[in-house]
Amino acid sequence: MTAAGEPILEVRDLVKHFPLHQGILLRKQVGAIKAVDGVSFDLRRGETLGIVGESGCGKSTLAKVLMALERPTSGSVRINGREIANAKGSELKRVRRNIQMVMQDPYTSLNPRMTVGDIIGEPYEIHPEVAPKGDRRRRVQELLEVVGLNPEHVNRYPHQFSGGQRQRIGIARGLALQPEIIVCDEPVSALDVSIQAQVVNLLERLQREFGLAYVFIAHDLSVVRHISDRVGVMYLGKMVEIGTDVEIYDRPAHPYTQALLSAVPVPDPDGRERRERIVLQGDPPSPANPPSGCRFRTRCWKAQDICAQQEPLLQIRPGTGHASACHFAETHDVVHV
Amino acid sequence: MKKTSTPVLPARTAPGDGPLLAVDDLHVEFATRQGVVKAVNGVSYSLNPGETLAVLGESGSGKSVTAQAIMGILDMPPARIPRGEIRFRGTDLLRLPEDQRAQVRGQRISMIFQDALSALNPVFTVGWQISEMFRVHRGMSRRDATKKAIELMDRVRIPAARQRVNDYPHQFSGGMRQRIMIAMAIALDPEVLIADEPTTALDVTVQAQIMELLAELQRESNMGLILITHDLGVVADVADKIAVMYGGRIVENALVHDIYRSPAHPYTKGLLDSIPRVDLKGQELYAIKGMPPNLLDMPQGCAFHPRCPYRQDNCVTDAPPLYEIGPTRGSACHYWREVFDDSRR
Repeated sequence: MTAAGEPILEVRDLVKHFPLHQGILLRKQVGAIKAVDGVSFDLRRGETLGIVGESGCGKSTLAKVLMALERPTSGSVRINGREIANAKGSELKRVRRNIQMVMQDPYTSLNPRMTVGDIIGEPYEIHPEVAPKGDRRRRVQELLEVVGLNPEHVNRYPHQFSGGQRQRIGIARGLALQPEIIVCDEPVSALDVSIQAQVVNLLERLQREFGLAYVFIAHDLSVVRHISDRVGVMYLGKMVEIGTDVEIYDRPAHPYTQALLSAVPVPDPDGRERRERIVLQGDPPSPANPPSGCRFRTRCWKAQDICAQQEPLLQIRPGTGHASACHFAETHDVVHV
Repeated sequence: MKKTSTPVLPARTAPGDGPLLAVDDLHVEFATRQGVVKAVNGVSYSLNPGETLAVLGESGSGKSVTAQAIMGILDMPPARIPRGEIRFRGTDLLRLPEDQRAQVRGQRISMIFQDALSALNPVFTVGWQISEMFRVHRGMSRRDATKKAIELMDRVRIPAARQRVNDYPHQFSGGMRQRIMIAMAIALDPEVLIADEPTTALDVTVQAQIMELLAELQRESNMGLILITHDLGVVADVADKIAVMYGGRIVENALVHDIYRSPAHPYTKGLLDSIPRVDLKGQELYAIKGMPPNLLDMPQGCAFHPRCPYRQDNCVTDAPPLYEIGPTRGSACHYWREVFDDSRR
């Protein structure tokens, strides 16, 4: 899992706004939900980029735009140098083969009326060149074996499997087209605690075996640290800090990252009275009407006048070794997750 | 144990020798079309004033059903309580007539739920719903009850309570809705508060706010708190003692520091070992193999045996009792000593 080499996925100034309309007959746009508002990052071959942030920060919208399930308002997403954001027709089909997705909820993301074999084999209907018709059943059974399910269960239906097994089916479907990138949107958060580790291990093994690159979106910070080479922190549509796992977790520079890390309960009661905890006041503002300047300033204890006037850019700041978007960035080891 | 007369509810100030709340050998089963589901199979725990008991378990472990039995909000039928006692200040709630039970529910034992949005009524204002507690249970006038509701919203730190008292649930964020639930739950100064996954639907920064609020309210009023959760982090943060549930039973109970330092049941040990740790980065996580049991088809013997690395032949046939392994702890494992020694290393 080295982070060297050419980026396989390049995201530049990605923006996704959802228009807000008013009126039924005379619909007019009255504003926009700024779900993703200028996000840039690279993902290299075989690398895992973790994306963390609270609900409403735009991480799931980001996943959809990466998959070209949503058209970005502006900006670019390149996979192996090929633009996917505005690709159409056969070009889109070709690029998409290389990027697949594992969804959060294994209960609703599998069609209950299809057998497991049909679910996992469906990508071959769209991309017949990957597996000739006669070969598909064997391929599907191989995939079941790869994700640790019994290949003989190919004719069963999703309801005959437990949550963890269903997530494995979702992962097998994601692998079917041998993509180079898999976007995992909260892949373990719907699972029981004792099952989560199994799925995390599976994802790591598959990465080693197939050289996959992951965009791993999750809110469980300790799982993200375990699996990620680099981590990006999002707040209200912006990437506020990005760096290696060690940089983000041991030397966080953005106040939001520090607050987020300090809020995570540590599974060890020893010394809990002495633990430093930054409890943020209030809730995140609405992405339809984000604060001016720095979006975090309304909840930030460091905020000054400049934060309201000037938006801090995501860049490497003096005294820190990685990029953060805060005028007063300062590394501070809050807590070890 | 055998009493012939109907039990009487003790006063709030009753000098209690025993615990505030004691669940004793509770069994709950549900009649379903596929057969009888034994959701709770002999659960016992106790709670003292000012104490926080964490009940830890996965979905289907029976942790919520136990809580619902304490509250008396199980639908019976299909639910049935064939055995067990729930003693509140010494009185068995299960033997109380319904009118007296209603005196306990919401007033002396109250509960908050995971999903505040679906627990609140969308067509009434939050002020109306909070003040309902005072109108129904205390017979207050609307005006006085609303005044009380505003006070409570202040107490759970909802900003601008006076302006927001006439807002509807959907106008609040997830964290604020949970505060409203808490306001309703503490309205009548309960002696026991049951919090069923109170922060699972919330973001971590909001979770920290809510847990802090609960701890503060508890300090102020000395109520006992039962925290039902699956989050080992939250438990470590706030609990005094823990009961770990699996397959409808308590498999381990202990003081919080003891259990994290040296678990004595393979399931607890497995859960703690599977937490990602910094020094294990790049290595495979420990994972408990297999999956939680199907309640319709519970394994013979110890419910955990199909997944257990310590399994011996007798685990398959004999269900282990909750062995007393110390003055304040128990483990339902025949081989708890091995587990305990392994985890102390």
